[in-house]
Amino acid sequence: MRTVTIVGASLSGLYAARELRAQGFDGRLVIVGEEPHRPYDRPPLSKDFLTGRTGEDRLALTDAEETAGLDAEWLLGVRARGLDTRGRTVLLDDGRTVSTDGVVIATGATARRLPGDHLTGVHTLRTLDDARALRADLARGPRRVVVIGGGFIGAETASSCARLGHAVTVVEAAPLPLVPQLGPETAAVCAALHRRGGVELITGTGVGGLHGAAAVTGVALSDGRTLPADTVIVGIGAAPATSWLLGSTLALHDGVLCDDGCATALPQVVAVGDVARVGGTRAEHWTSATEQPRVAVTNLLAGRTLATVRTLPYFWSDQYGSRIQFAGHRRDGDTVRLTEGECTDDGPGEAGFLARYERDGRTVAVLGVDRPRAFLRARRELQRDERERAVPAAL
Amino acid sequence: MIPVCRLEDLPEGESVRIDTSPPVAVFRTEDGGLYAIDDTCTHQDASLSEGWLEGCLVECPLHAASFDLRTGEPTCLPARRPVRTHRVTVDDGVVHVHLDAEKGTAA
Repeated sequence: MRTVTIVGASLSGLYAARELRAQGFDGRLVIVGEEPHRPYDRPPLSKDFLTGRTGEDRLALTDAEETAGLDAEWLLGVRARGLDTRGRTVLLDDGRTVSTDGVVIATGATARRLPGDHLTGVHTLRTLDDARALRADLARGPRRVVVIGGGFIGAETASSCARLGHAVTVVEAAPLPLVPQLGPETAAVCAALHRRGGVELITGTGVGGLHGAAAVTGVALSDGRTLPADTVIVGIGAAPATSWLLGSTLALHDGVLCDDGCATALPQVVAVGDVARVGGTRAEHWTSATEQPRVAVTNLLAGRTLATVRTLPYFWSDQYGSRIQFAGHRRDGDTVRLTEGECTDDGPGEAGFLARYERDGRTVAVLGVDRPRAFLRARRELQRDERERAVPAAL
Repeated sequence: MIPVCRLEDLPEGESVRIDTSPPVAVFRTEDGGLYAIDDTCTHQDASLSEGWLEGCLVECPLHAASFDLRTGEPTCLPARRPVRTHRVTVDDGVVHVHLDAEKGTAA
């Protein structure tokens, strides 16, 4: 393999570049990135970056020394438009083409939008440019902020806006936020955190539309109410960035379909991070994006699947001064048991809590709120179990 | 020189955080060694005193960056910058940390 092209210059793309060099690939390495920026870390965008506690210099995932060592050609600020697998070519939006022997797909996911979200004052929060724009908007004085969606991005953004002194309302279509992630038993914790942070949480109603001529003035709810708003943040999830692959021979279904080793049906194409559906699961998790590239690169260089990914799902969220951490495979019907600390209707106790999700008498997932040490121990137990029980998952 | 706690109050394999500015984490390893480093991970805001101690390495509880307690150097990603190390002594049964202001901040 003389040339490998990584399409996507964010977390998993950078980790793939590191792995290629670490695993001995000494050929031409091309990295294509739609954003004009060098790889940066996204998690702080909704938190310390938005509140101004962290500057852009602290977001960089790499430095000049490492970049020099990677010896890659960076094509930044240009979108990949297509993948011609037969001709082994990556097509770029500006008309250029990159001939390549191997491809790592790392295009991530794109924030979902709402009709009418072109109005001034309406934001999504996925990229550095998104975060810059929102930060500038929030700096213009006290704003009435409406956050659409009570997921992690929505909750973290609401928390940051409240911390900056804005009046914040969160609208969530489900009866409780974060039920798919945490389950109904513990999702109430997050609702309590919103209240504790002085943020109004409206649940069980969707959004009918946005009001405003040039700038947004309000959010129409499906129950007939209208919330006045100067700033609206649309946090309704992200979709895998696969549109550029339509017309290629790759199988797409909510992500690029891969086996357990991040390999597609074509041996010279692997996928990693938010865009990859690995062994039937697509995770939008920072940890997955950093762990998959090692396996993907091994398999890419070998031309077949030698290694498989065994990532225990793990994610965290910082909101309203609390740190939420979750690991494992939760399912509806699991028994949820509070094993440490306390949690009432008013939210987590001062020393936080640890909750275990149990199935057939064993722990399958764990949730910690402000209980990092106990959580770490439980997470490591789960990781050990996962390794010992390693059963190949079906594609 | 900052008193931390009595030696017997810091069992082997445990750690304690002291609220200096910036905060410092003091570890007692399984073989009895005492080490002090800046508590905040150089990658993102997380307390290393709440991390996983194995030998002379501590793993950050948030993203699993790992630091060598003896040198402060990161041993794996995502951390790329070292944490400061501080000298630890035991005087009359009390653990003390000698803050090292010389080496500059970890940031």
